[in-house]
Amino acid sequence: MSHSGTPHLTGTTVADGRAAAAPATPADAARPGSPDSGPSGSPANGWSPAGILANGWARLLLGLIIPAAVLAAWQLSTAAGAFSVVQLPPPAMVFEAGIDLLQRGQLGQHIAISTQRVLIGFAAGAALGLVLGSLVGLSKVADALLAPTIGALRAVPSLAWVPLLILWMKIGEDSKITLILIGAFFPVFTTVSLALRHVDRNLVEAARAFGLKGVKLLTTVQLPAVVPAVFSGLRLALAQAWLFLVAAELIASSMGLGFLLTDSQNNGRTDRLLLAIVLLAVIGKTTDALLGLAEKWAVKRWA
Amino acid sequence: MTAVLSSSAPAASTHAAAGATRTPALPVAFRSLGRTFGTGAEAHTVLRDVDAHIRAGEVLAILGTSGCGKSTLLRAAAGLDSPTAGSVEIDGTPVQGIDSRCAFAFQEPRLLPWHTLQANIAIGLPAGISARDGKAKVGRLLDLVGLTDFAKHRPREISGGMAQRASLARALARNPGVLLLDEPFGALDALTRIKMQDLLLDIHRAEPTTVLLVTHDVDEALQLADRIIVLGREHGKDSDGARPGATIVHTVAVPGERPRDRGSVELARLRATLLATLGVDGH
Ligand SMILES: Nc1ncnc2c1ncn2[C@@H]1O[C@H](COP(=O)(O)OP(=O)(O)OP(=O)(O)O)[C@@H](O)[C@H]1O
Ligand SMILES: [Mg+2]
Repeated sequence: MSHSGTPHLTGTTVADGRAAAAPATPADAARPGSPDSGPSGSPANGWSPAGILANGWARLLLGLIIPAAVLAAWQLSTAAGAFSVVQLPPPAMVFEAGIDLLQRGQLGQHIAISTQRVLIGFAAGAALGLVLGSLVGLSKVADALLAPTIGALRAVPSLAWVPLLILWMKIGEDSKITLILIGAFFPVFTTVSLALRHVDRNLVEAARAFGLKGVKLLTTVQLPAVVPAVFSGLRLALAQAWLFLVAAELIASSMGLGFLLTDSQNNGRTDRLLLAIVLLAVIGKTTDALLGLAEKWAVKRWA
Repeated sequence: MTAVLSSSAPAASTHAAAGATRTPALPVAFRSLGRTFGTGAEAHTVLRDVDAHIRAGEVLAILGTSGCGKSTLLRAAAGLDSPTAGSVEIDGTPVQGIDSRCAFAFQEPRLLPWHTLQANIAIGLPAGISARDGKAKVGRLLDLVGLTDFAKHRPREISGGMAQRASLARALARNPGVLLLDEPFGALDALTRIKMQDLLLDIHRAEPTTVLLVTHDVDEALQLADRIIVLGREHGKDSDGARPGATIVHTVAVPGERPRDRGSVELARLRATLLATLGVDGH
């Protein structure tokens, strides 16, 4: 605060400028996902970076440059014989391995079972995270009751659960889905409970002043206020779900992309191994992009 | 000046015609009200011994320097805050918890960012109003505060002054027995401010509810209020110096019918007195 003195004593008004600054509520500032609604960069000049990025297709192409370059380097180096086929088979061989597995009907199964596990585990973990996160975020009692335990559980490295889960649930679907559930739960729980605690008090008070309370207050003010945070939690959770899927399948399974990884390693099928990695990258990115679209819509609608 | 006045006249007649359900204006009483924040060594007394009776339908302006407790007093009336001493009574019954007989226009607009202005104003509607009546009422209020063209806009797409008008409309949607306005025109430019003041007078004439209006602006108080109270600290009356906390240090009944001539000599004298009261308090 300098002494140069901004003149805010106009006429008989003893204004302190607080009212004018008011629209920038904490909730606005606390919203991580909200896109800058202002005009970005210089739209007139199509060749400025901002101008290019405004075009969706150009943006997509730009994002494909590095994958294409990697693919080209891969192709060139293998064609030049820089690696043995066991170390690094050429892209075409990986592609053929994919076609081969597809024709045997195995590839579809691997992908389907893995996706199914991720989706079920993610949905269950996210739902649980939403419910417990809301409880802890809204109720001081629930916070005091649950937060220490959940915090301690989160401190356990998630893979440490694997032996116990297998012991309890055998090597079936349950143990894998539970592990994925654990992975998806924490990001959602943390973001939701934190975001709810930081909902703009002024907005909540205003709504209460007009008679809103309980569930109506929750759905009118608190939940909409945390929508952007919920979505960033969901995207983190989805990434975690894929991570935990592979962990679960690597350790004990007879199907799925994680199994394809270990199985190919044991059989020296580097082509299938690479195939599994590429598929994990593509499917993971696709599910994230879909969720990203939903997030974009939700943020626009609620933020 | 007169142009501004007459320009808001059509809006008033719209509103007068709008009257469907009338809520009667209610009297408000502050009884030895005090508010201390914190306890022990941290205790910070903001208000003490506030005694005032506001007649049903009266417009009371509350003046005072920044931080003296104006918003706190208003929040106590709405039941958003509970006094640590004394009580507030509306229509003879004490305020306990959020009081549905009041409507509040906050110092900041406090609109829900994810709702349109229309939906935001609808939040103020009294419980139990039918969807059709509610919609019609919101439409009339939007018209009244000049925001019809922005009904579908989000709060972040409008100016601060427009947001304040929407916030006022939300409070009016209640048809409250007591209308609590916390610097409702603070973010408005001079011209819009005068227009909105006139609008408030029109609304009050059509629907004479009790109004408690917090303001920083002495002229605004003189223009709008039947009575003005000044909150501040009493100095050096006791031998041990000033007691902590603000109370009513000055009450004036403003003479003359509204709308008042802003240039009148009598008001000028009152303005000087009020400014002096505020100024002394500021040191
Ligand atoms: N919840 C609270 N906890 C602690 N202190 C508070 C709280 N609310 C208000 N106060 C204190 O009460 C005093 C009066 O606040 P209030 O908002 O009523 O002032 P005001 O007269 O409305 O000021 P302004 O004109 O700037 O709006 C301030 O010193 C403030 O710090
Ligand atoms: Mg205030």
